Amino acid sequence: MNRNDYEIVVGLEVHAELSTESKIFCSCKNKFGLEVNSQCCPICSGMPGTLPTLNEKVVEYAVKMGHALHCSINRICKQDRKNYFYPDLPKAYQISQFDIPLCENGFLDIMVGEEQKRIGVTRIHIEEDAGKLIHDDSFDGSLVDFNRCGVPLIEIVSEPDIRSAEEAKAYLDTIRQILQYLDISDCKMQEGSIRCDVNVSVRKKGSAEFGTRCEMKNVNSFSATMRAIEYEANRQIEVLEAGGTIDQETRRWDDGKGQNFVLRSKEDAHDYRYFPEPDLLTIVLDEDYVEGLKNELPELPNVKLARYMKEFRLPRADADLLVDSVEKCKLFEETLAFGKCQPKNIANWILGDISKILNDGNKQLSDTALTPKNLAELIESIEKGTISNTAGKTVLDVIIAEDKNVAGIISEKGLAQISDTAALEEIVKEVLAANQKSVDDYKGGKTNAFGFLVGQCMKATKGKGNPGIIKDLITKYLNQ
Amino acid sequence: MPLFDKTATELSSMLAGKEISSVELTKDVFARIKQVEGQTESYLTLTEEKALEKAAEVDAKRAAGKPLSKLAGIPVGIKDNICTKDVRTSCASRMLENFVPPYDATVMKKLGAEDIVVTGKTNMDEFAMGSSTETSYFKKTKNPHDLERVPGGSSGGSASAVAAGECILSLGSDTGGSIRQPASLCGVFGLKPTYGSVSRFGLVAFASSLDQIGPFGRCTKDIAMLYSAICGQDHYDATSAYRKYPSFLAALSAENAKSLTVGLPKEYFDGVDAEVKGKIEEAVRCLEGAGVTFKEISLPSTSYALNAYYIIASAEASSNLARFDGVKYGYRTPEYDGLIDMYEKTRSEGFGDEVKRRIMLGTFVLSSGYYDAYYKKAKMVQKQIMTEFDAAYQECDVILTPTTPATAFKIGENIGDPLKMYLSDVCTVTVNIAGLPAVSVPCGKDSKGLPVGMQLIGPKFSEQTLFNLSELYELQSGFSYQMPLL
Repeated sequence: MNRNDYEIVVGLEVHAELSTESKIFCSCKNKFGLEVNSQCCPICSGMPGTLPTLNEKVVEYAVKMGHALHCSINRICKQDRKNYFYPDLPKAYQISQFDIPLCENGFLDIMVGEEQKRIGVTRIHIEEDAGKLIHDDSFDGSLVDFNRCGVPLIEIVSEPDIRSAEEAKAYLDTIRQILQYLDISDCKMQEGSIRCDVNVSVRKKGSAEFGTRCEMKNVNSFSATMRAIEYEANRQIEVLEAGGTIDQETRRWDDGKGQNFVLRSKEDAHDYRYFPEPDLLTIVLDEDYVEGLKNELPELPNVKLARYMKEFRLPRADADLLVDSVEKCKLFEETLAFGKCQPKNIANWILGDISKILNDGNKQLSDTALTPKNLAELIESIEKGTISNTAGKTVLDVIIAEDKNVAGIISEKGLAQISDTAALEEIVKEVLAANQKSVDDYKGGKTNAFGFLVGQCMKATKGKGNPGIIKDLITKYLNQ
Repeated sequence: MPLFDKTATELSSMLAGKEISSVELTKDVFARIKQVEGQTESYLTLTEEKALEKAAEVDAKRAAGKPLSKLAGIPVGIKDNICTKDVRTSCASRMLENFVPPYDATVMKKLGAEDIVVTGKTNMDEFAMGSSTETSYFKKTKNPHDLERVPGGSSGGSASAVAAGECILSLGSDTGGSIRQPASLCGVFGLKPTYGSVSRFGLVAFASSLDQIGPFGRCTKDIAMLYSAICGQDHYDATSAYRKYPSFLAALSAENAKSLTVGLPKEYFDGVDAEVKGKIEEAVRCLEGAGVTFKEISLPSTSYALNAYYIIASAEASSNLARFDGVKYGYRTPEYDGLIDMYEKTRSEGFGDEVKRRIMLGTFVLSSGYYDAYYKKAKMVQKQIMTEFDAAYQECDVILTPTTPATAFKIGENIGDPLKMYLSDVCTVTVNIAGLPAVSVPCGKDSKGLPVGMQLIGPKFSEQTLFNLSELYELQSGFSYQMPLL
C-alpha cells in the first residue's frame, strides 16, 4: 500500500478582504498599514451602546463575485451573530451570515494542466474581519490593534471537489484573478488580504465515501496552502496505514516549521450560538439591481484566455501570463487597439523586457510612465525596421521613465537604422574588400566568418545598419 | 415659590416669559435633590456643575433673543445606560463602574440641541435587568410614595426622580416594561415608544430587538414634548424607522380621543390585584363618561408572552453583554492566570447575580441542540402575538390594561424569587414583543396610598392617539400630580 493508493479530498474556505473605501459597519477608512489603532472608532472597536450600519458597497462587491462564480443570489438574506470570545474581537461576536448567505450554489472552472475542471462553490457570504494581536517583548502581555476590525470580508466556500495541492493552487489563482478583474480586492497576500482555511481528508481510490476531515486555519499564502495540503494528506495516510483512524479536529499550520499541530478536537469545537443579528435589517435586493450588477461584470479570465488564443493566436503560455495580470491585459489590449503592430510582438514586449524591468524594480505598471500609445509606436518602429530590436530596448527605458514621443526619442538618440539598400551596398562592398581573408574562409567552408563580416558591417554603420538587409547583401556578394 | 414640583409645560412657558431663569430652576431642582436624595437614592451620578453651566448658557441665549426650543433650560435626568460623553455611564454595574463614554447617544445629541439641562444619571437595575432597581450594584432606590417600597424597574431611578421632584423630566429605557412599570409604581407618566421610532445608538444594549428609550413626566403634555424631541430616524441605527413625526404636543387633542374605541383584553385582568382592578374599572367609567367606547377583546396567546420574552431577551443579552470581557474597558479582575482565567474572573466578579442568570439562560437557549426548542419557538410565539394584536386593532383603536398586576412591593420582598419578580412584567412584555407603543397613565391610588397605573397600547406609530387618550383622561378625571411629602 502506498501514497498512490489514496485520493486527497480538499475543500477551501477563502476569506478575501474587500477593497471598499470604508469599513463594513462604520465610516472608518478601510486601509492597511497605518499607525496602530488609528483607523478605529467606538463602533468598530465595540464600545457599549454602538450599533452597526451596513456599507452597501460590500453587498455590491459580494454579489459581483457571486455572479462571477455562477451563484444564485439570495435577494432576501440576513446577517447573523457568531459568538465567541477572543481579545481581537471586541464585541465578542462576529457579524457574519449563517443559514442564508448572499450567494450560493455556484462553480468555478479551473485549468489543471491542459484539462479544465469544474469546482463547486457552496456559498459566498459577507462578514467583518477581526483585529490583530501584537506580541511585543518589551511588554508583558499582548496588545490589540483594532484597525482591521470591521474590514469587510467575503468568505468563499468550495465543495470538496479539489483533489490535489496543484488543483488547490489553480483554484486559488483563479479566485485571485477574478477578484482582481472585478476590482473588489487588493489580493495582497503579504497584507493578509486573502486567507484560507483548508479542509483535507483522504480516502482509498475508488471509494465513494469521504474520509474524516481535518481543518487547518489561517493559511496565509497559496504556496503555504499547497504545502499544508501535502503535509496533512501525508500525515493522514501515515495514520491510516499504521492502522489508526483520523480524528475530526482543527489544526494550526505552521509554515515556518512545515508542520501542523492540533488546535482543538471535535469535542472542544466552538458552539458559536449563531442567531439573527437584531441590530441590522434583512437585506432585500431588487431584481433589477442584482441583474444590473451581472451586466456590469467585465470579461473574466477564462473567457479572456480563450479569446487571446483564438483571436490573437497567442500561445497558451503567453496568454496565461497576460491573463494573470489585469494591468498587463489592459496594456496589451490598449496597445493593440492602435492597430499598429502584431499581437504576438506586443505580448513579447510585455512579457519579456517590460516584465523584467517591473520585476527587477519590484514595480507595478502603474508605477511607470509607460503608455499604450508609446508602446504601440515603439513596436511599430521595430516592425517597420525604423529601429533595431536593440535600439528598441533603449527607447523602452525612456518611455518607462517618462511619457515621451517615440519618434522624438529615436531622432534625438540617433537610433534610426540605415535601411537604404544602395548606401548599405557601398559599405558591404568596402568591408568585403578589406577582409579578403574572411571572405576566403567563408568560401572555404568556415561559415562562422559570415557573422564576423556582419559584425564588421554593423561596426562600419555604427550599429545603425539594418542587419537583415546587411545579411542579404553579404549573402548576395559572397555567392557571386 | 418652589419650582421643582411644576410640570415641564408650565416651566417652559415661565422660562419663555422670563418669569424665571433656567439657573433659578436648576438651583431649585438641585436644592430639592439635596433635600430628598438621601431618602430616594434616585441618582448614581449628579452633574450639578455642568447643569448650572448649561442653564446659564440657556439664559444667556434667551437674553440675547435667540430662538429656543420648549425644552430649553428644563432639568432632565438620564438613565445610566444611555451614553453621555465625558459623564460616567455605569449601567449600575460594577463592570462599568468607571466607564466614561467618549461619545453621546443620539438622544443626548438631540436633547443637547434642544438645550436641556442634564441633572445626572439615574439608578437602574444592573444592565436594565430587573423590575425593582434592586439589582443595581451601587444602591437601592426607594419609591417616593413609600420609602420602604421599590420604585419598580429597571428605570426606577428615572421614575422616582420625576416622582420626587429631583428632575422635571427623565429618560428611561424599556425592554419588557422598564419604563411603564416604574412609572406605574411611582405614579407618573411613562411612554415606551414604537420600536424604531427612537434611535438606540448609545443605549447600552440589553435586548436589541426589544429596547427603546422613552420619556417620564408628570403629565401627558410633558412626555409628548420630550418624545417629540427624541424620536426620528438615525443613520447610526439601522433599525430606526424612516418617518416624518409631527410635534406631538402641538397636535395634542383630548377631543379627538372621544370617538375612540378601546379594547379591554380579558387575559390581562387574570390574577390582577382587586384594588388595582377596581381603579382600572374606575378609569374606564371615567373615559366612558367622556364618550369613549369600550369593548371586551381577546389576545389568546398572552400567557405565552412572558416565556417567549425571557427567551428572546436573554438570548440577545447573552450576546450583547459578551463584550464586557475585561479587555478594552470596564472592570478587569486584578489577578489572573492567562486569558481564560481573566475572562472568567472578570465576568464572575463584574456582573451581579441577575445579569449572570440571564446570560446563562440566553447562552443555553442559543446553544446548538436547544436553539429550535427555545429561541426558534419563542420567535414563533412572537409572530403569533403580533398577529393577534393586528387582529385586535381591526376591532379597536387602543387597548387598555393594568400596567402592573399589583402596586409597589416592599424592598427585598421579591428579590429572592426571580419568577415572582418576572411576573410583575406580565402586562408589559407583550408590547415589546410586538414592537408597539404604550403609555402608563396614573389612575389613582390603592388603600395603602400606592399609585396604580393603566396601560394604553396602540398600533405602531400611534403615539399621538395614546397621548390624546391620556390627556382626555387627565382632563376628565381632574388629575394633577401630587408630590409626595419627603
